Amino acid sequence: MKKIDSSLKNMVLVLVGICLVIGCLLALANQVTKGPIAQKSRKLLESGITMVMNGNCQMASTDTVKQNIDGKEHVFVIHNTTRNGKPYGAAVETSSNSFGGPLEMLVGFDESGTILGYTILKTSDTPGLGAKAAQWFQKGQKGDIIGKVPGNNGLSVSKDGGTVDAITASTITSRAFLKAVNEAYGAYMSKKCDAHTGASPKNEEVKSKEVDSATGATEHIKKEK
Amino acid sequence: MEYLLIFISAIFVNNIVLSQFLGICPFLGVSKKIDTAIGMGAALAFVLTLSTIITWLLQTYILNPMGLQYLQTLAFILVIAALVQMVEIMLKKVSPSLYQALGIYLPLITTNCCVLGVAILVMQKDYSLLESVVYAFSTALGFALALVVFAGIREQLSLVKIPKGMRGMSIVLVTAGLLALSFMGFSGLEGGLRSLFGLN
Amino acid sequence: MSNGKIFLNGLIKENPTFVLFLGMCPTLATTTSAINGLSMGLCTMAVLVCTNFVISCIKNITPDKVHIPVFIVVIAAFVSILQMFMSAYAPDSINKALGIYIPLIVVNCIILGRAESFACKHTPVASILDGLGIGLGFTIALTILGCIRELLGAGSLFGVHLLPDVMNIILFVLPPGAFLSLGYLVAIINKVKSNKD
Repeated sequence: MKKIDSSLKNMVLVLVGICLVIGCLLALANQVTKGPIAQKSRKLLESGITMVMNGNCQMASTDTVKQNIDGKEHVFVIHNTTRNGKPYGAAVETSSNSFGGPLEMLVGFDESGTILGYTILKTSDTPGLGAKAAQWFQKGQKGDIIGKVPGNNGLSVSKDGGTVDAITASTITSRAFLKAVNEAYGAYMSKKCDAHTGASPKNEEVKSKEVDSATGATEHIKKEK
Repeated sequence: MEYLLIFISAIFVNNIVLSQFLGICPFLGVSKKIDTAIGMGAALAFVLTLSTIITWLLQTYILNPMGLQYLQTLAFILVIAALVQMVEIMLKKVSPSLYQALGIYLPLITTNCCVLGVAILVMQKDYSLLESVVYAFSTALGFALALVVFAGIREQLSLVKIPKGMRGMSIVLVTAGLLALSFMGFSGLEGGLRSLFGLN
Repeated sequence: MSNGKIFLNGLIKENPTFVLFLGMCPTLATTTSAINGLSMGLCTMAVLVCTNFVISCIKNITPDKVHIPVFIVVIAAFVSILQMFMSAYAPDSINKALGIYIPLIVVNCIILGRAESFACKHTPVASILDGLGIGLGFTIALTILGCIRELLGAGSLFGVHLLPDVMNIILFVLPPGAFLSLGYLVAIINKVKSNKD
């Protein structure tokens, strides 16, 4: 078969024709895969949340909390969960700037703000050093934070006068990690007190907090009540 | 301030060639002499910045609102190919000498993973238009920097006796590795600058 | 060239990684572990076989002047389809590891290069075999490199821990390690080749 010559008509026809065929093909593929993709990401989120909430729970609602920390707006996505129909805390998506880039994680709190678990979603830190954060702060490990409550002062590394052991040779990552956890706690607590009007004393403190830029610890401002 | 951080991070901390592995083909192929390296770097800077602007606009105002995200790869590469073609034609008319000097490198920019890579990365990082432009331009500068430094080293290497097995691509790769290793020294730069300027 | 020869050619004589030095970007970036290298190789092979076949089929209705844009559109189409199917059905760890390099298969010099130099001049069957050969050559190269980097850098092979943690040289799973591993691997292959001659 002789090759078609490169007249303008042929060129345009072939190009347009191919684009149309390909366009339809891609639209078809998109239709086929849209469902599974959405299902997959929902499953992933659910399993992540179940893991950080330490056991069986069901996803309820999702809130978005915006807070102004150090002059920059931070957005926290809070996944509320229930267990046996009763509210059971929430998994909060949080992030902070670590050594090699942003550190994104999911932290699970129960209703009183106790840390139930965490998982690292994204890290750009060095494997073997900062990237160890995925295991270092888990239950039974050197920097165990499970069961702790950040409270108004937040968690900090021993170097900064706190109670958490930093990752060996990775203080910056450890600080960034705890900062993210503390900020998540702050966002979760402030959302909870927004939901209850006529707040308890704790809420006033949380509302008028100032976040220390090094550790994300919240400092006590004069109690309003 | 954010823009300065993007600028520094793209050139040193996350250098597009030495730590993100985009643009390796021209990096290994074009870096034999310093002048060609500079020319390639300049051409890339121009195409990269322009293509990032166009693809950003395309994604934000056409693909996203119409739910056509799955056409991203196709649309982006067509934009880039068309852009390079246009730049070639323009350059031929405006500056024939530069066109001659760049020779075959110009059409090769189309298949440069750098250009498509940055266009996609910018979407993933959710940058605004201005942030994308700064990022694209800084990335190109980072590429040019790595390219020129590497060309300098290779010019020196060509004067030295190299063991038979290592000649050709082998020594080039190992040298690139050592260069990448040295750039790793910039790792904490962005985090450090952030703390310094209290941007955390 | 007989069909068998075409296949073997892509595997050894014109191995894209060790002989032609094409497709370096994904080679260096995705070989942080054996399974990642293997997955990337297989993805590229899939796209290569499909595009070789299609381009060979339409080579007679493609006007010469627009053959490059046509090839690019075909390649981009298959890569987009691969992207969608990977997001839907592949394990999350693989998707995260391969990340941006899946859409970047579009600009992988191997695919356009093969389309240009082989597929548009040969029959569809021969093109499929060429795609398989080159693709397999690429996959094997990537898997070998992935094995080396994973073993030296993380002490494991395909996720199975073989060496104690203290023996891990983390450098090998980081960018410089990629360059160094490939550089020395190429040197070894060159030495073996020159000894044979």
